[in-house]
Amino acid sequence: MNQKELREQENRCIQEQAPACSAACPVHVDVRGMTAAIAKGNFDDAQELYRKSIPFPQIISRICDQPCQKTCLRKDLGGAIEIAALERACLDFAGRDFPAVKQLARKSKTVAIVGAGISGLTAAYDLARKGWGVVLFEASGQIGGGLWQTAPDLLPRDVLIDDLKIIEQMGIEIHLNSPIGRTGGNGHGTLLARMSHEFSAIYLCAGPVASDFHDLKLDGNGYVTIDPVTFQTSIENVFAGGDILRFSTFANNENLHHSAILSLSEGRRAAISIDRYLQTVSLSASRFFEGQYTTTLFTNTKKITPQPPRLQTDLSTCYRPDEAVAEADRCIQCECMECVHVCAYLEHYQAYPKRYIREIYNNLSIVMGTRHSNQFINTCALCGLCAEVCPTNLDMGQICKGARIEMVKQQRMPASAHDFALRDMAFSNGEKFSLTKNPPGTNVSTYVFFPGCQLSASYPHYVEKAYSFLKESLPEEKVGLMLRCCGAPADWAGQEALFAESNQQFLTEYEKMGNPKLILACSSCYQIYKKHFPQIEITSFWEIYDQFGPQTERRITETPPLALHDPCSTRYESKIQDSVRNILRKNGIEIEELPLNREKTECCSYGGLMWLANKQVAEKMIQGRVNQSQSDYLTYCAMCRDFFSKNGKRSLHLFDLLFGKLETDYALTIAPDFSRRHENRARLKEKFLKEQWSESMPETQDFEKIHLILTDSVKSQIENRFILEEDIQKVIANAEKSGKRMFNQTTNHYLAYFKPASVTYWVEYSPQENGAFEIHKAYSHRMEIGRGAVK
Amino acid sequence: MSDYVDLSKEKNWMCANCNVPLVSGKVDISYLGNSFQVNLLKCPICNLVLVPEDLALGKMAEVEKSLEDK
Ligand code: SF4
Ligand code: SF4
Ligand code: SF4
Ligand SMILES: [Zn+2]
Repeated sequence: MNQKELREQENRCIQEQAPACSAACPVHVDVRGMTAAIAKGNFDDAQELYRKSIPFPQIISRICDQPCQKTCLRKDLGGAIEIAALERACLDFAGRDFPAVKQLARKSKTVAIVGAGISGLTAAYDLARKGWGVVLFEASGQIGGGLWQTAPDLLPRDVLIDDLKIIEQMGIEIHLNSPIGRTGGNGHGTLLARMSHEFSAIYLCAGPVASDFHDLKLDGNGYVTIDPVTFQTSIENVFAGGDILRFSTFANNENLHHSAILSLSEGRRAAISIDRYLQTVSLSASRFFEGQYTTTLFTNTKKITPQPPRLQTDLSTCYRPDEAVAEADRCIQCECMECVHVCAYLEHYQAYPKRYIREIYNNLSIVMGTRHSNQFINTCALCGLCAEVCPTNLDMGQICKGARIEMVKQQRMPASAHDFALRDMAFSNGEKFSLTKNPPGTNVSTYVFFPGCQLSASYPHYVEKAYSFLKESLPEEKVGLMLRCCGAPADWAGQEALFAESNQQFLTEYEKMGNPKLILACSSCYQIYKKHFPQIEITSFWEIYDQFGPQTERRITETPPLALHDPCSTRYESKIQDSVRNILRKNGIEIEELPLNREKTECCSYGGLMWLANKQVAEKMIQGRVNQSQSDYLTYCAMCRDFFSKNGKRSLHLFDLLFGKLETDYALTIAPDFSRRHENRARLKEKFLKEQWSESMPETQDFEKIHLILTDSVKSQIENRFILEEDIQKVIANAEKSGKRMFNQTTNHYLAYFKPASVTYWVEYSPQENGAFEIHKAYSHRMEIGRGAVK
Repeated sequence: MSDYVDLSKEKNWMCANCNVPLVSGKVDISYLGNSFQVNLLKCPICNLVLVPEDLALGKMAEVEKSLEDK
């Protein structure tokens, strides 16, 4: 994932796009921010936001024809928000005065503005704020232009006069009764030629039309040529708005009807051009989102209940404060956040993918110094739900995975981040568990059962039953067995080299069996082989069971329906999901569908090694999932079941129903701890070897023969510290052999340490008379004990 | 880092190998190329070192984390 790709992904998140109302507002008033403030009764902040976009708030709030309203997402849910009425309310009810407009220091250049209507006044205001000198020429005896034609009961004249005082206050020079244009030159060349010498730039926005300015180039239709983006005419320092613009070729006259807010927007856009012209920077560069446009923001309104406004308003309606608050409260506060609403992880970090991707980008670019997003990047479950719900299918999982690969390549992946899971994988692919066998008496397989490392760790007895089932159900076939880890932990950890190595080992073993069809019981394995071995024919155990298993009921449950949880690795595997539902139906087991199921299902926190990288977020994730239904859960992934039951949720594995004892309640069975998981895998291999192939396990090492005694509390202590009993055995074996250990005279305990690889383990223990060792505590660290000490 | 170790709590330990009480002394501990001096109890003869649980799970874990940019 290079920086360019990251940027592209970042741009796919549309959460920061304006809501429909602001995009439709020609000057992009922050309507959503205003309504949020008003809904809290905060008219001050609302007015401040309004003033940010509107130079003459008293006037505009009274006469704006609110083009924003037509696009409001409330439109079909009770009626569009009464935006203009709320704008008037925030002017009426704000409790404080607003400070005078801040102006930059006066610069040397001066702009002439011809016409003092809304457009010219806005341009004058904006340019004067930037520090340019502004001279205003107005043909009539007063500034305000068309505003004086508005009905006085809508726009009382004292309000009009009061709001326009700002023009004079800003030091703008006003020449009234100064018609420009019609009279032409006075012997010193044309008017424009003369003015464009006297002034650095000119904005024409008065009534006069093309014919009044002979030196402006006209197009084929006889209109003044105007650049539609910059409003520049054929004379480089002359810009045009108002009727000149309205009657130019590019302007579609219907769209540019007379509207105070459109004129204001025009003046503002002209001012941007003039300001850039005076600063001699590009006039046309990155001028996006000016004037009215259609937003790309997506807002899900499915869960919004319709609610009409309390009063219908017109331009003369003035709310009472409480009415304004109630109306503002109807605003949906449009935003996307689709992914954040369904992902506890995205929610936990309190932002949204656009911001997250920017942080990831920064994180990856830091060469020296602390990277703050490492844990964030390592927490994602890589489950793909975000992409499923996102209107642009942005996949944070893909991004976080790419970032992990990058971190590994840069050697900036924290050593401890995934170490424990990778060692677990190494165990599973080592001699204690890995096994490839053709069925007894043959040297080739047509099918091979691949139960996966976690199912074998949690439910070794069901793995045996599943293998027997396959052999019985496919009597014509040669069903081999392959025990190992699919390599998902390395893949999730971004360890490409390790993953490739594991895949290569698999392939060598697999080919030796004669390229059989692969039967997978774990859907994470399924995804790995589907993606990385497209040449191999794969099928899930559940499809086989559906097809060849008993077609009639094994049991009739009197119990209430079970809520079915689809593992996130089956997200787009509807065939597997359907098979599971078929099996359940045939067994007479009633199920309840969770609100987020099938392609919208959630991760149990195992995915992406979230459980290891961030326990806090993992717990939120699990809690969120198990709270979705009161019913007992049923799933078909060992890890999902184990995480749910560990968090106190009654949950079953589908194997409990198919292969368990009918009278046993398995729903609260606690999954084996880490040490037991290793033991279970090793025993499973041993059992298979002995029973099916009459072979025995390779020799055990000395340390494995050490017998440990641990109380439950010590067991849970070491589990939480990610310490295995085999680590403890190694420490004791080393200490007892070398004699390097400490002795406590008060407690009579021994203490010893040993560093088998990157972690140093400490064990406090007491040897027993029978040769066993009682363990009092164990802890570990990664820092290395160096000089001045024995290693 | 040495401020974080309360050696008095561990005073009953002795080296079982050399059969002498541990004494306090400077020990280097390092991680990812950074090294620190800590006052720890160690065997005056064979240099066996005692890293107490509190130090391993407290300050050391903290320093590991920050050096790893976690
Ligand atoms: S509901 Fe609110 S934020 Fe959404 S378009 Fe309407 S006014 Fe704007
Ligand atoms: S769903 Fe998430 S990533 Fe997609 S646009 Fe919305 S906020 Fe952005
Ligand atoms: S945990 Fe799943 S839904 Fe959340 S960001 Fe990661 S991939 Fe997307
Ligand atoms: Zn010693």
